[in-house]
Amino acid sequence: MNRRKFLGLVGATAAVAAAGTSAHAAGNTHFTGHPEANAVLFDATECIGCRKCEDACNKVNELPKPDKPFDDLTVLDTKRRTTEKIYTVVNKYENSKNPNLPVFRKNQCNHCQEPACASACFVKAFKKTPEGAVVYDESLCVGCRYCMIACPWSIPAYEYDEPLTPRVMKCTMCHPRILEGKLPGCVEICPKEALKFGKRDELIKFARNRIEAYPDRYLDHIYGENEMGGTNWLYISGVPFGELGLEEGLGVTSAPELTSGALAAVPVVTGLWPVLLTGLYAIHKTREKIEKKEKDDAVSAALTKAASEAEAKLSSELEKADVANKRKIEVEVKKAVEEALLPKDDDDAPEEEA
Amino acid sequence: MSAENTTGRSALTPFTIVAGIIVIIGLILTGLRFMGGLGAVTNLDNNNPWGIWISFDLLCGVALAAGGYTTTAACYLFGIKRYHSAVRPALITAFLGYALVVFALHYDLGRPLRLPYPIFVSQGTSSLLFEVGLCVFIYLSVLFVEFTPIAFEWLGMKKLRNIVHGWTIPLTVMGVVLSTMHQSSLGALYLIAPNKLHPLWYSTYLPLFFFISSMFAGMSMVLFESSLAHKNFHHLMDETHKAESEGVALGFAKACSWIMMGYIGIKFLGIALENKWAWLGTGYGMWFLVELVGFVLMPAISYAIGYRDRNFGLIKITALWTVLGIVLNRFNVSQVAFNWKLPAAERYFPSMAEIGISIFVVTIGILAYRFIVTRMPVFYEHPDYKGEH
Repeated sequence: MNRRKFLGLVGATAAVAAAGTSAHAAGNTHFTGHPEANAVLFDATECIGCRKCEDACNKVNELPKPDKPFDDLTVLDTKRRTTEKIYTVVNKYENSKNPNLPVFRKNQCNHCQEPACASACFVKAFKKTPEGAVVYDESLCVGCRYCMIACPWSIPAYEYDEPLTPRVMKCTMCHPRILEGKLPGCVEICPKEALKFGKRDELIKFARNRIEAYPDRYLDHIYGENEMGGTNWLYISGVPFGELGLEEGLGVTSAPELTSGALAAVPVVTGLWPVLLTGLYAIHKTREKIEKKEKDDAVSAALTKAASEAEAKLSSELEKADVANKRKIEVEVKKAVEEALLPKDDDDAPEEEA
Repeated sequence: MSAENTTGRSALTPFTIVAGIIVIIGLILTGLRFMGGLGAVTNLDNNNPWGIWISFDLLCGVALAAGGYTTTAACYLFGIKRYHSAVRPALITAFLGYALVVFALHYDLGRPLRLPYPIFVSQGTSSLLFEVGLCVFIYLSVLFVEFTPIAFEWLGMKKLRNIVHGWTIPLTVMGVVLSTMHQSSLGALYLIAPNKLHPLWYSTYLPLFFFISSMFAGMSMVLFESSLAHKNFHHLMDETHKAESEGVALGFAKACSWIMMGYIGIKFLGIALENKWAWLGTGYGMWFLVELVGFVLMPAISYAIGYRDRNFGLIKITALWTVLGIVLNRFNVSQVAFNWKLPAAERYFPSMAEIGISIFVVTIGILAYRFIVTRMPVFYEHPDYKGEH
C-alpha cells in the first residue's frame, strides 16, 4: 500500500465516523419537541382500575386474547408489565395518603420527545413522528434488543418465541388512528376521563391549571414534562410518582444527550490517532535511521582512521625502510669502496696518512 | 493433550473426543435455537433482553481479543522489535476472537440474516451500537488482511504475501484507531441507561474504562495464551520465538502493571467526580471493591513482582488472574450491576443451553486455533521469509 492509498483509507474512515456524529440529536440546539405533537395526560386521581383501556387496546391493535377476561379485576393484585401481547397494563398501588383507597396507574410507552429507543436503534427502526407517537418499523429491525436496554421505563417487549420474524412490540399511541383523526383506543373508552388527549403544550397548561385549582388533590409536578427530555405521555397524581411505579430521579437529560459525548469522541479519535501514531512510527523510524547513520559514520570514521593510521605506518615504515636502505646502500658502498681500496691498503695508508 | 504432542497426528485423543461431544451438543442447541426462537433456549425476558451471549461472547470476546492491536502497535509503531515473535500468535487470537464474536452474534440476534442492515440498508448513526458494529466489521476485515500473509506463506503464494506484507504499518494504524473506538463504545453502550446500571459502575468515564482495560486484557490474554501454547505447541516454536518469549512476558507484565495502576486511578477519579463514595459502604460497594482490589490492584502488584523477580510462573498466573478480572468486570457491568433495582425474582440467570452455546463457540475457536498454528508459520518463521520484519 502506498502513502496516497493509505491516506485515502484513513480519510474514508474519518468521513464515515464524521457522518456518524452529524445525525445525533444532541447538537447545540435545545430540542423542545415537535410543536404540533399530541400527548395524553393520565390523571391518577381519576383512574378506577376498570381495565377498559386494556380491553380497547387489545381490540384496536388486534392482539391475542388474554387468559383471563378484561373484566376480571383480580389480575390487578399482581404487578404486571407490558409484553409483546399486551401494550398497556393497569397496576394497583397502595395509597400512602389514604390506605383504604388504592391508586391505579396505567402503563404503556411514554413516547419520549427524544426517544431512547430511537437513539439506540442502529437501523433506525424507531421513529418519532411529528404527531407525537414513537413508531416501529419491523421491516428494518435486526432484533438486537438494544432498544429494550435503552428504554428508561422498560417498555418495549420482544417476541422471544418467534423463530424467524420476531418483533419488538410496544404501544403505538394508536398512531394510525391519530392520522385518521380518531382518539387512541384507551382514551376513547376511558369511562372516568382519567385519560385526556390533546396537544402537548395545551395539556401541560391544563394540568398546571388543575394542580393549581386543586392543590390538596395533586402533587405539584407533571411527570413527563421534563423527565428524560420530556415525554408525550404525561401524568398527574396525588401520591408520589415513585409509589406509582414511575421511576423518579431520571433527570431531565434526554437519551441522545447521554451518549452524545461518547459519539463526539469518534471524530477526535479518527482525527487524532492516525496522526499521532504515524508520528510515533516516524519518530521511531527516524531514530532507527539516525542510529544506523551514527553507527555507519562511526564505522566509516573508524575505518578512515584505521586506513590513515595504516598509511601513516606504511609511509613511516617505508621511510624507515628507505633510511635503512640508504644506510644499507651507504654501508654497502662503503664496504665496496673499502673492499675496492683494500688491496691498495698498504699503499693507501701512507697516502691517507698523507 | 500431552499424548498427542508426541504422537502428533492421531485423531482420537481425549481432547478431540471432548471437543467432538461439545460440537455435537452445540449443533443440537443451534437447531433448537433457530427452530424455536430465543425463548426456546434462553432465559431472556422483557426485563433482561441481553444475557451471557452479549456479556461473555461479545463484551469479553472483544476485550480479550485486544491483544491484536496492542501487540502490533508495540512491535510496529513503537518499534519494539523484540516483540515480533508475539505478533502472529496475537493476530491469530484477535482474528479468531472477532470472527467468533460475529459468529456468536448470529445466535443472539432475532434476525441474524439482517446483520448487514445497519451498515448497508439503514444506518442508525445516533446509536453507539452502530459504531460498535461498523468498527467491528471494518476491524475484522483489517484483521483478516493482516492474517493473510500467514496463510499465503503456508500456501506458497509469495507475490500476494509480499504485497500484503507491505501494508503492515497502515493496517496497524487502522487497527489501533478502530479498536480505540469500538472497545470504548462497548462501555458507552450502557451510558444510555443511567437508571438501570448501578451508580458504582455507571460513569461518564465508562468508554474510557472499557478502552483502558482492553489494553491489559489483550496483553494478559496474549500472555495466558502463550503459556498454553508453550505447553502444547512447544515443538512448533523456532529458536527466535523461544528466545523472545521471556522478553515479551517481562515487557507485557510491566506494561500491564502500569496500565492497571492507571486504570485504578481513573476508576476512583470517576467515583470522586460523581461523589459516589457512600455507595462503597453497601453490598454492591463490597462487590465493586472485590472487582477493583481483588482483580485489578492485586494482579497489578503481582505483575510488578513478577517483572522485578523475573518470575515467569507468577506472570503466567497473573495473566490468567487478570483475564478472569476482565470477565468479572464485563459481567458486572452487563449483568450483576445491570437491572440492580429489579426484585430478585425478575433477575436473569443463564440457562444451560445458553452456557452450552458459549462453550460451543469457545471450542470452535480452540479448534480453529489448533488448525492454524499446526499448519501455518505462526510460532516460527517460514524459511523463505527469515528475518523479514
